[in-house]
Amino acid sequence: MKKWLGFAAAIALSLAIVPTVIGSASAADKLKVGFIYVGPVGDHGWTYQHDQGRLAVENKFGDQVETTFVEKVAEGPDAERAIERLARKGAKLIFTTSFGYMEPTLKVASRFPDVKFEHATGYKQADNVATYSSRFYEGRYIIGQIAAKMSKTGVAGYIGSFPIPEVVRGINAFMLGAQSVNPDFKLKIVWVNSWFDPGKEADAAKVLIGQGADIISQHTDSTAPLQIAGENGVYAFGQASDMIAFAPKTQLTSIVDDWSSYYITRTQAVIDGTWKSGDTWGGIKDLMVGMAPYTNMPADVKAEAEATTAKIVSGEFHPFQGPITKQDGSVAAKEGETVAIGDMLGMNWYVKGIDDQLPN
Amino acid sequence: MGGTEAIILTIITASTPLLLAAIGELVTERSGVLNLGVEGMMVMGAVCGFGAAYTTGSPYLGILAGIAGGMFMAFMFAVMTQTLATNQVATGLALTLLGLGLSGLIGESFVGLPGAKLEQISIPFLSTIPFIGPILFGQDILVYISIALVFATTYVLFKTRVGLIIRSVGDNHNSAHALGYNVIAVRYACILFGGACSGLSGAYLSLAYTPQWIENMTAGRGWIALALVVFSTWLPKRLAIGAYLFGAVWIMGLYVQAQGFGIPSQFLSSLPYLVTIIALVIISGNKTLTRVNTPACIGQTFVPDR
Amino acid sequence: MKLVLDKRSEHSELMTLMSPVLAIVLTVITGAIIFAVQGLNPFSALFVYFVEPLTSLWSIEEVLVKAAPLILIGAGLSVCYMANVWNIGAEGQLTMGALAGSFVPIVFSSWQSPLTLVVMLIMGALGGAAFAAIPAFLKNRFNANEILTSLMLVYIAQLILDWVVRGPWRDPKGFNFPQSISFEGWQLMPTLGEGRVHIGIILAVIAVVILTILMSRTLKGFEILVIGNAPRAGRFAGFSRKKIVWFTLLLSGGLAGLAGIGEVAGPSGQLQTAISPGYGFTAIIVAFLGRLNPIGVLFAGVMLAITYIGGEAAQIDLGVSDKTAQVFQGVLLFFILACDTLILYRIKLLASKIKPQQHVAAE
Repeated sequence: MKKWLGFAAAIALSLAIVPTVIGSASAADKLKVGFIYVGPVGDHGWTYQHDQGRLAVENKFGDQVETTFVEKVAEGPDAERAIERLARKGAKLIFTTSFGYMEPTLKVASRFPDVKFEHATGYKQADNVATYSSRFYEGRYIIGQIAAKMSKTGVAGYIGSFPIPEVVRGINAFMLGAQSVNPDFKLKIVWVNSWFDPGKEADAAKVLIGQGADIISQHTDSTAPLQIAGENGVYAFGQASDMIAFAPKTQLTSIVDDWSSYYITRTQAVIDGTWKSGDTWGGIKDLMVGMAPYTNMPADVKAEAEATTAKIVSGEFHPFQGPITKQDGSVAAKEGETVAIGDMLGMNWYVKGIDDQLPN
Repeated sequence: MGGTEAIILTIITASTPLLLAAIGELVTERSGVLNLGVEGMMVMGAVCGFGAAYTTGSPYLGILAGIAGGMFMAFMFAVMTQTLATNQVATGLALTLLGLGLSGLIGESFVGLPGAKLEQISIPFLSTIPFIGPILFGQDILVYISIALVFATTYVLFKTRVGLIIRSVGDNHNSAHALGYNVIAVRYACILFGGACSGLSGAYLSLAYTPQWIENMTAGRGWIALALVVFSTWLPKRLAIGAYLFGAVWIMGLYVQAQGFGIPSQFLSSLPYLVTIIALVIISGNKTLTRVNTPACIGQTFVPDR
Repeated sequence: MKLVLDKRSEHSELMTLMSPVLAIVLTVITGAIIFAVQGLNPFSALFVYFVEPLTSLWSIEEVLVKAAPLILIGAGLSVCYMANVWNIGAEGQLTMGALAGSFVPIVFSSWQSPLTLVVMLIMGALGGAAFAAIPAFLKNRFNANEILTSLMLVYIAQLILDWVVRGPWRDPKGFNFPQSISFEGWQLMPTLGEGRVHIGIILAVIAVVILTILMSRTLKGFEILVIGNAPRAGRFAGFSRKKIVWFTLLLSGGLAGLAGIGEVAGPSGQLQTAISPGYGFTAIIVAFLGRLNPIGVLFAGVMLAITYIGGEAAQIDLGVSDKTAQVFQGVLLFFILACDTLILYRIKLLASKIKPQQHVAAE
């Protein structure tokens, strides 16, 4: 009985607090920034990195901002509601961090003209909807070069999620990098039809290693493939964040998604009232693509990787600069040109030298 | 390590979690209880297993914790469906929801930490035999346990008095009750066994398959395990065949892709499911066999009359 | 002491009304503890969960948007389960319905007339029914268990959708991203009011009414009940189990397909690789929460929708993680299920002394 009394007292106490909480919810001077995530924050991949960006915003602006996020928002009908709820709750800047949120973001944006929206990896803008993405292919070119230098068999395994342009671009950049070292380099590709299925990604890594690949590269979100490579003493590259802890002896480097600089810049722009819609496609130079430390490789390989990085940053070199030939023999870019921007965005062809056939 | 050998080893790793979870569910269903919460029990086993192994450094303690995690969830299911006579299908689905959420909460601080991998136990001499050695005698303990469980459950279910009681409870709980058996107690035990096996299966994922904790890392394997039980027509040995068949088709899909034939990956990914359906159709043709082995009371609530 | 259930001679009217109330009281107490452990004010948290979704027109509308597919699918499944036919592949039937219905706006993209939508809805229902026909056929012809076949077909349906949206049906102007063209005009479900509520909710209510009449007033409904509850009696009465398998699977598949095209032509407005956040599976819970009664399904669908919307609101307003929302929802379901027991049974605490006596009597 005493317990119940205690509980009743607790209830009474919290009742007393309720009005104050609800009353204080309208601290109007803070900028509210909202984030919509496609995965769980704990995926240690795509969503995790976006959340690191959110935390960076909080760190930088402290009391000036208030951030909120919704995780595991399914791409589809649920997304529109989640985005609208953020807008209704007073968020003035909303980042929607997956391609499938494109139409929902635009729909909500049309109803909330004074809220700024930022959609990751999409291609449709509006007056209050900007798009942003990273030139991950720059990193992919560098790791392709490293792969060809480090491989003994001349065969790398590549674990893909879905054959969307982003992933295809990554595969091509990797292959171009590898071919710059070894023109006969071979690539074995496995699509796991999922961004996130640790078990299946691990299986794919094992199958690729079993078929003679001595380098594993992945474009899926979990740490599993890298870990399997580590167990088997096979060199591999991390994805999205520095995953060195999962393969301390065999991770060569990792392409790190770093959203913090972009998120901080855009938040600052809203605070200053200088925000404008547009499309940002940032690379290593813009600090949006980071390379984890070059480890487990001889000094000369490391030096060359660093040299390539420097050339990409200075603009002296572009991974998709010609001459580039497509798999079917047609020309993608002539000497002295780079692949056209539309072709880059919607890339659905492989470069010459890849044996796999692109679905459809 | 040769290519074929590597593929067989991969198939074994892919099949073992399915087999472990399914064998427990098979026993549960044999006692007349349908627990659709396998996914929830598995994922709890995975997080508890990883957590214990990470904090103590011992994967074996992790295994025990995984079993405990699965059994904890199974116990809740048992209280609900047996003591409170709730609907088993709905309770099982709610259990899955609960397990996925709870494991995420427990595992929040484990994300991004590499765990201790369950080492392989190489049986001296035997494991050095070329080809067969590593496959048969160089596995980790859970693979051996999964195989042992197949034979043990076959023996217990069909050769012992305990098995007879379990099956009679599953086939006709009213007459089992009339004979003086405590239907509820038998079902409690079978549900807990199912939970223990699901927990083991989850622990296999987070300790051996991919030694780390990631939210939702079971990725639907609990559902496959449930389907395999139906596929097996509730016979443990056939269940093992089903699990390995599924694993083999699954891995071969990846293997064929890596060869670069340009077959749509969606088609290859759907093959394991197609093959399972086709195999079930072939098996089910034999109606007497199916009918004899299907627990007649499956999914039905039992409340003793007094 | 031992807890035992004592079967009531008839349903308790009082408990039928009280059980949801009791369940909510218990959930509120447990929820308060869960939130308090997380360092949140339990009262504001519970307010956000249960009350806030109903405080603004917008969120009430969103509850209806979410409830519509759950009710449509759940109502069909309730009839299916009444007949002891275990269709757990509604998610796959939903997917195929969405695909079949989208055929019209994607292939004949310029056709604009009220008939367009009608044809889309019919195609959607047919697509779902056709996909449900596979387990029905395999069950009747080969005796293959429908739990396995319908579940496996879910994965296959999703892979087919994936292939179609990435391949033949992708928007030619969409930079090869996996989505179809956007639907327009009569290719979309007409909305009711300002928000996203579309005629799907009306279809759901109509389905509930029709199924209620079917189950309570028609011979078919009687056949389903008899076959489901007493198959032997049904056989003596000359009812065909096979026909019931066909009927219930096609019905539930058709409704799931309708829900699928409703989502695509409604809130989505285009075909994507992700069209449903697991409605087909959640609807199974809805069917059981509604006690396999179409009208019950109506309430259960709305209630589950509220907890989803509330969970999302809690993430934003309180910073509660999605996981807490999920745990809370699981607990709520547990309590509702447990309290339903009170309708059929009395709970008695027996002193453990009685137990041995019972054993003697039984042996």
